[in-house]
Amino acid sequence: MSKGAKAGDVICSELIDAATKNRDILAVTSDSRGSASLNPFAAALPDQLIEMGIAEQNSVTVSAGMAHSGKRPFVFSPASFLTMRSIEQVKDDVAYSNTNVKLIGISGGNSYSVLGATHHSLQDLAITRAIPNLQVYMPADQYQTAALIQYLTQSAQPAYVRIGKKVLPDIYADEAAAFTKPGKGNVIYDKGNDVTLISAGETLSIALDAAQQLEQAGIHAKVVDLVSIKPLDVDLLNRMADQTHHFVTLEEHSIYGGLGSAVAEAVAPRGDTKVDIIGFPDEPVIAGTQDEVFQYYGMDAASVVKKVQTWLQ
Amino acid sequence: MATTRELELKAAEMRKATWEMIYRAKTGHTGSDLSCADILVALYNQVLKQTPATFTDPNRDRYIQSKGHAVEILYNVLADQGYFPKSDLLTYSQFNSPYIGHPTNHINGIELNTGSLGHGLGLSVGVALAGKLDHRDYHVYTLMGDGEQAEGSVWEAAMSAGNYKLDNLTAIIDHNRLQISGPTADVMNSEPLADKYRAFGFDVVEIDGNNMAELVSALSTTNTPERPKLILADTIKGKGISFAENQAAWHHKVPTAEQYQQGLDELNAVIGGLQNE
Repeated sequence: MSKGAKAGDVICSELIDAATKNRDILAVTSDSRGSASLNPFAAALPDQLIEMGIAEQNSVTVSAGMAHSGKRPFVFSPASFLTMRSIEQVKDDVAYSNTNVKLIGISGGNSYSVLGATHHSLQDLAITRAIPNLQVYMPADQYQTAALIQYLTQSAQPAYVRIGKKVLPDIYADEAAAFTKPGKGNVIYDKGNDVTLISAGETLSIALDAAQQLEQAGIHAKVVDLVSIKPLDVDLLNRMADQTHHFVTLEEHSIYGGLGSAVAEAVAPRGDTKVDIIGFPDEPVIAGTQDEVFQYYGMDAASVVKKVQTWLQ
Repeated sequence: MATTRELELKAAEMRKATWEMIYRAKTGHTGSDLSCADILVALYNQVLKQTPATFTDPNRDRYIQSKGHAVEILYNVLADQGYFPKSDLLTYSQFNSPYIGHPTNHINGIELNTGSLGHGLGLSVGVALAGKLDHRDYHVYTLMGDGEQAEGSVWEAAMSAGNYKLDNLTAIIDHNRLQISGPTADVMNSEPLADKYRAFGFDVVEIDGNNMAELVSALSTTNTPERPKLILADTIKGKGISFAENQAAWHHKVPTAEQYQQGLDELNAVIGGLQNE
């Protein structure tokens, strides 16, 4: 097995393959081709890379217009700008008009770390998952990213995908195991019924690490990957709740409105499952590397282990 | 080809149908509709290479109404063209009707959803760019308001239209110089619009936007190669109803029963006059 890959590199490779076969597939950038790892795409298919300059709103609107005329644009911009500055364009021109635009939010979450809150996207899941007719995904490793992009190049539905900057460690053995369809989550670890850790994207590997440490401490956990944040795999969550009754969610997002909220909304009607949400608190984010910041807010594996041990006491 | 007189008669009839619809529904952007009625009639009756039968043809011309609030006149023009039965408009703004206060593509003849201002030009840039990429020869038309020019997204779109040399794009500004709060020059002065669009790479044509002959000529003229076109159409808000003309208050005012009858009498007089010429 390889040593992992960056989601951006995987997307670029998959998109070159798909766009070579289907000339309607376009990569749309807002002076972001480098940060989106799209230089190989630009070199391979220069006529299918549409540069819009530093104008994220217009990038989304123009993409909606192109999609309406048969094109299949994938819009690449930092997640912070794509989902905040351009959110009305996403809501109106893409989701409401039902244009086949795929929104790829790069350098998501706290990826930009010391560049500050202007560049962080810790609210993107909250805002995108509240928009009707918009799927929301966070892939966790290279196989899942590849399978997801293969699906998206075939799908007609608007979607938002958030990725980070890190090399993603491999979690799955192959693409088929990693992603099958919208609204399908995966149980990636199952050692018992004490607690279910739930995560997606870059933090999934932290949750898995925490579960393995918990096992050594005698706590038997499951780990669920919710790659498809919307539509949500409610059936899977219910099956997990039938067995464990205690969920702990971990996400690179505000504790408000993100993956933890989606999970809590799904199982709250049951009345028998506790949900503890780990994420960024509702306060200005401290400066530091991504790892330092995760540790500070108790989002690294060791901190998650301690929290779970406390909550289970 | 319709004569200028026939188009003027059609515009008067569309104004009347719109006036009746707004009064019946007790909602609508009256002044905005009446302002741009001539533009839409010229476009749909004489210029746009699109019919109900060719609406899904990839080679059709496209029209995207950026000033979506003037939807009542658009609905009436589309119904008149046969995109849907005129009787559908009896449901306008009623519970569960698709005919709501801004255009949606649930309705035959409407390309994309608009309403929030500052989107139509960018959508049109996308449609025009796709046409260039696919080597199709269709043309894209979009209608904006002059108050709308305060939206920053308009200028992002204008920049990209110039950058990509979209000579298959014609933008029209319904330049009535009034918006909901008063004169556009007082609310947020966007002039000189002609100079600004020229600076963004457009050819600019300035016309009387309530003059059918000038409209048909400006809309029909082929773009200069590699240049998008802007038609700065000087119009009168509330055009055709004497007491609504040039009144910002009529932006989305609904007539009283007395006003409705007076307006109807005025429009009938215009229609009668044109029919007798």
